[in-house]
Amino acid sequence: MSEHIVPTRSYYVIYLVLMVCTALTVWVAYLDLGPLNTVAALAIAIFKAVLVILFFMHVKYSSRLTWAVIAGGVFWFLILLTIIGDYLTRAWQPYGSV
Amino acid sequence: MLPEAVHQQTHSPSLAHHFDNLEQQREAATLGMWAFLVTEILFFGGLFTVYMIYRSMYPQAFAAASHELVIWAGTTNTAVLITSSLTMALAVHAAQTGNRRLLVTLLIVTIALGCVFLGIKAFEYYTEWVEHHVPGLNYAFEPEYYRNAQIFFSLYFVMTGLHALHMIIGIGIMLFMLWWSIRGVITTEYYNPIEIAGLYWHFVDIVWIFLFPLLYLIGRHAHV
Repeated sequence: MSEHIVPTRSYYVIYLVLMVCTALTVWVAYLDLGPLNTVAALAIAIFKAVLVILFFMHVKYSSRLTWAVIAGGVFWFLILLTIIGDYLTRAWQPYGSV
Repeated sequence: MLPEAVHQQTHSPSLAHHFDNLEQQREAATLGMWAFLVTEILFFGGLFTVYMIYRSMYPQAFAAASHELVIWAGTTNTAVLITSSLTMALAVHAAQTGNRRLLVTLLIVTIALGCVFLGIKAFEYYTEWVEHHVPGLNYAFEPEYYRNAQIFFSLYFVMTGLHALHMIIGIGIMLFMLWWSIRGVITTEYYNPIEIAGLYWHFVDIVWIFLFPLLYLIGRHAHV
């Protein structure tokens, strides 16, 4: 990681995109898209998070070692999420009930 | 021991002895902060996993309970936090370019926005108390979803509560950074504290970016 000073203009652009995405996610939530509502909400949230990580947190300009640590963390989180498989494949829970 | 005058010439006073140069020192600070943030990802990750499992079990109860939250407050707070992330990023820039006056101003604005967030959050908690949405203490809900909506509200209070705790800690760190900036500890060579405090602040923002749609926005279309 060499010292990299990001021009302030790019911070303002990212800020604008983040605010537009916030408005978008609220608007989409009021449309009836079925299961796609959740997909849209998560897609927008992930997009916003990536923007914050890459630009506000300077990861775009960070060393590959930093990249590896972050990727490792996200990967372990995804492993954690696969625990849902244990619940979905058992008959003792009524899914989709109230 | 070198005489102090010679010592000053051998390396920058900002450089700790166990680093080769300032760049390595900066890199170590960033990497160390990320190692901590990875543990935070998994810390909140456990709660998001619980949320995912229970929401897939009781989607209607979750939608009905989510609909009770104050959406304008959640949306406003999202905007407040994103704005505070902008002022934080600009504060790091001011530290890098040695503009101490601007750095101090931006840190104060960031702290103020953090306080606005907590204020709105407190108003929400008060509203939820008045409307009997606090499981275990003050709870009532329509009979059909009575039992499972409690799971949603429990998760809501734990997740937003832990997030708010992170905000309070973040404000504490920023007050410390403000003190250091005013005293002149922060220089263009040694702005690492501002940089990694900023990483923490942005991380807390990211947690909220996920909490907002998952808690406030589910089932909005079904009940309008």
